[in-house]
Amino acid sequence: MYDSMERKNIMLSFKGDMSTDLLTSILQLIENKLDRFGESPKVKKRMFNILVECLQNLYHHIDRPPLSDEGKEQPSVIVMIARNLTGYSIITGNYVLNDNAEILKNRLEEINSMTAEEVKQLYKSVLANGEMSEKGGGGLGMIDIARKSGEKLDYGFMPFGDGASFFSLNVKVKQD
Amino acid sequence: MENLKIEGTLKTPSIDFDKDSGVLRISGRSIPENSIDFYKPLIDWIDRYALDPADQTQVHVQLEYFNTSSSKCILDVFKKLESVKHSGKPITVKWHYEEDDEDMLEAGEDYDAIIDIDFEMIVKSEI
Repeated sequence: MYDSMERKNIMLSFKGDMSTDLLTSILQLIENKLDRFGESPKVKKRMFNILVECLQNLYHHIDRPPLSDEGKEQPSVIVMIARNLTGYSIITGNYVLNDNAEILKNRLEEINSMTAEEVKQLYKSVLANGEMSEKGGGGLGMIDIARKSGEKLDYGFMPFGDGASFFSLNVKVKQD
Repeated sequence: MENLKIEGTLKTPSIDFDKDSGVLRISGRSIPENSIDFYKPLIDWIDRYALDPADQTQVHVQLEYFNTSSSKCILDVFKKLESVKHSGKPITVKWHYEEDDEDMLEAGEDYDAIIDIDFEMIVKSEI
């Protein structure tokens, strides 16, 4: 397992519940690793920013998973951060209820159909006019992730049964 | 009215608002999970300050990172500060960013476009 993680350059891999403390620890750990890699301040900042949004999405917006056969809850989120030849990948996965999955999918399709300039304008207009959700995000998270990544969002929904799906998102952070 | 001083943490910026000199400094990181709670004291403070602001108000924003949850609150701070301008006393925002941090420069430009206060972008070279 160590070998396989080495080959894929996994910097961090986690499965379980997301908490504030864990979120802080992951951020510190990745920040230290990027320092150790001697990463440029620009990539470091971009990576850190996108990671904050991804992790806080997991913290604020996840739905509880359906119960497994044994009646135990499945681990609710996964996080994997990998380094590759062109930069980094931040991969997250969490359960969403199908109704929410539909909304999320439409939003992601909309963002992916836009040019970088359009994404920037969308961010500005949601910031200026968007309503604040009760969790404070105001729907800016995904737009910000897309804007800072500069790449199309790579995502998938896998039906899980009981009206829920597993949502996975792979955000690429390129080195210059 | 007391000055407003909030110490920074790993996830929240330090805030220093001196009512007599009219200088507000926000610096550090702003990535809390719940930004609304964090920014409320500042927003309430500005409400009172705007009733009788200093002759000149200067706002220095020097953030390393901020999350999208903070971005909305920062917008609310600027919106409150617009009332200082409407009272007839001059106010400017100095938005600090590091030389290679285009994202932070763009964020400042976004606010500049939305908010009716003069913004000045100030580049800080890497040491």
